[in-house]
Amino acid sequence: MFMNRRSFLGASAAAASVIAITGCSRGGGGGGGVTFLIDNDPSAVAGAEALTEAFNSSQEEYTFSVDTRPGGTEGDNLVKTRLSTQDMPDVFVYNSGSLFQAIRPTQNLTDLSDQPWVSRLQESFVPAVSAEDKVYGAPYGGASAGGIMYHRPTYEKLGLEIPRTWDDFIANCQAAHAEGVTGIIQSFGDTWTSQLLVLGDFHNVAANNPDFAEQYTAHQIGFATDPNALRGFEHTAEVCSSDFINEDYVSATYQQAIGYVAAGEGAHYPILSSAVAEIAASTPDLVEDLGFFAIPGEDAAKNGLTIWLPSGMYVPAFAENPDAALAFIEFVTSQEGLDILAAEAPPTGPYMVTDVDLPAEVPTATKDLQVYFDTEGATTPALEFLSPIKGPNLENILIELGTGSIDAKTAAQNYDKDVEKQAQQLGLEGW
Amino acid sequence: MATTAAPAALTAASPPRRRARSYLHRSYPLWYYLPAAVLFLVFFVVPTFASFFFSLTRWSLFDWEFIGLKNYAQFLSEPQMIGSLRNTVVYAFLTSGAKVVLGMALGLLLTSQIRARGLLRSMVFFPVLVSTIGVGIMFTTMMHPTEGLINSALSIVGIEGPKWLANPQLALISVALVDIWKGVGLATVIYMAGITAIPVEYYEAAKVDGSSAASSFWHITLPLARPATFTVITLSLIGGLRSFDLIWAMTKGGPGFASDVLASVVYKQYQAGFYGLSTAGNVVMFIVVMAIVLPLNYFMRKAEVEQ
Repeated sequence: MFMNRRSFLGASAAAASVIAITGCSRGGGGGGGVTFLIDNDPSAVAGAEALTEAFNSSQEEYTFSVDTRPGGTEGDNLVKTRLSTQDMPDVFVYNSGSLFQAIRPTQNLTDLSDQPWVSRLQESFVPAVSAEDKVYGAPYGGASAGGIMYHRPTYEKLGLEIPRTWDDFIANCQAAHAEGVTGIIQSFGDTWTSQLLVLGDFHNVAANNPDFAEQYTAHQIGFATDPNALRGFEHTAEVCSSDFINEDYVSATYQQAIGYVAAGEGAHYPILSSAVAEIAASTPDLVEDLGFFAIPGEDAAKNGLTIWLPSGMYVPAFAENPDAALAFIEFVTSQEGLDILAAEAPPTGPYMVTDVDLPAEVPTATKDLQVYFDTEGATTPALEFLSPIKGPNLENILIELGTGSIDAKTAAQNYDKDVEKQAQQLGLEGW
Repeated sequence: MATTAAPAALTAASPPRRRARSYLHRSYPLWYYLPAAVLFLVFFVVPTFASFFFSLTRWSLFDWEFIGLKNYAQFLSEPQMIGSLRNTVVYAFLTSGAKVVLGMALGLLLTSQIRARGLLRSMVFFPVLVSTIGVGIMFTTMMHPTEGLINSALSIVGIEGPKWLANPQLALISVALVDIWKGVGLATVIYMAGITAIPVEYYEAAKVDGSSAASSFWHITLPLARPATFTVITLSLIGGLRSFDLIWAMTKGGPGFASDVLASVVYKQYQAGFYGLSTAGNVVMFIVVMAIVLPLNYFMRKAEVEQ
């Protein structure tokens, strides 16, 4: 026998390590234990833990535990990998909209169309978690918005009014600058924050061309060819070359930037409204100094807010405990579940289920946003929720633009080229 | 195992069988390669060929579609492609050149009779031992335009330091400087070994003939340390061409795309979920590194033999 005992042991050790490296055990686990996967943002983890704890004590059949994953593109790859290796926990939270389309819902997720909460969903949320007319996701928490976070005491002191046009906004920035307050904050140190003046301007684009998203998906229109869409790029170039931007705008981080506005060193910061929740958690006594308004456009009458729909909760097609997963999702979409989430992080936009209202006490900035939500036609979901196409390089193209390496038109053309890859990857027609 | 019964059967076998037996007998030591071969096959050969294959597909991890050479066309027509290629070459030659010059200078210094030689040798080598990501994060903090240690120190003596990593024209050079700081220790050690290996007799003979220190360096040290130079160039050039970790830790290719190199462009395609495209980029990078390093290696070997 050429293979003696020792070499056999060696071979099996090698084989075992190969299995240990390449093979993964299936997530979820049998019996009563079920895993709930969420991104590792501290406030998201706190919310998820509060939810699972409440759900575990509300029934005896299943015990949920929280597992975390990285956010951003790393998280995208992890979710895709775990789905393709059938190693995904039974309930997971992931973006709705274009990123949801990229995980092949029809192939990888359980159809939830027959669930009781589906009839309670806000109309605007349904397309963001649907594929081929089937609903695959439930809303996790409330919506948020992209716009301008501003410092209210500065506005009061200088007697400024909420701007409805871009020119008024620039005038306000200059007024603040004249008083020694930085007019506008940018924070390219966290690259994703560079996109707000483009992505958050989408309501103004759609107000002028309601079919933009459709035409965009069909490759009939682009950011460089539509003058309204191009405006977001022009605005980015304008503020970055102005004298009222923070000096460290290339290296400042998101945390520094929200700190500047909360402390009144900066007057405006184009950002997602979740920044308000961040301030509420870190420096609660400053949160009432913050207000929020939509990115102003050309026409004051058509001005409105671009909203970001909440992430979805999904159940993989191969879930081990689908019943537990569905019961948990129903709990999270209920008044009780949403109240538990709100206690951990104040919501910055309305819920996506029609019969649950926001808690009575929310930050002023959230109330500012609610005005837009309550006005007919004053909100539009961001383009990434209306079209499956979003190019991966927008943030860096805008930084290239913001640091003066290219002009607005070139930046828009580069972005139009960038989205081609995404469209081809999704196999869309016309690309 | 089937082989247990084989020896008894083979002893009474006809000539061809005997040949088979002797072949088995001769090949017996080769079996010891098997575990290594399996690991090599599973972890290197299969992935390599799989990646050549997937570079020809549009691959979403869930399914793939064969699209021929379209990924290569796409990758080579990326707007950032030319910039990143230029950055890669600039970065590789800048770091490699500086490591040769500084490594040689430090090697000379640290092989000469100076005080605290042991301490200085360790100090020069220490940065090599630190994790690249750690170095990257440390220098990113130190190079912060307003609060960083470097610019704060410069402002004390009245100099306004540049925005090291925030200035698109300077970002790549700043990262290259850190790479040089981190890598020069290894070059120095290679040079020290090379210089110590030069027989003292040459220097003595030159001295007798009235050679100056500079002339001894040009005519003895430099030519005889040539193998060390070649090693340093090869190592640092390959390292520079495929450098990724330091650049990613410090700038992520930014601001914008100002410090993007081939490897970071490839990584971004992967991040964005364009797996086929990113694999094609890896193959392109493999070819670029080969195209630069193979001729260089050939030339240097030839030069070494001629010597």
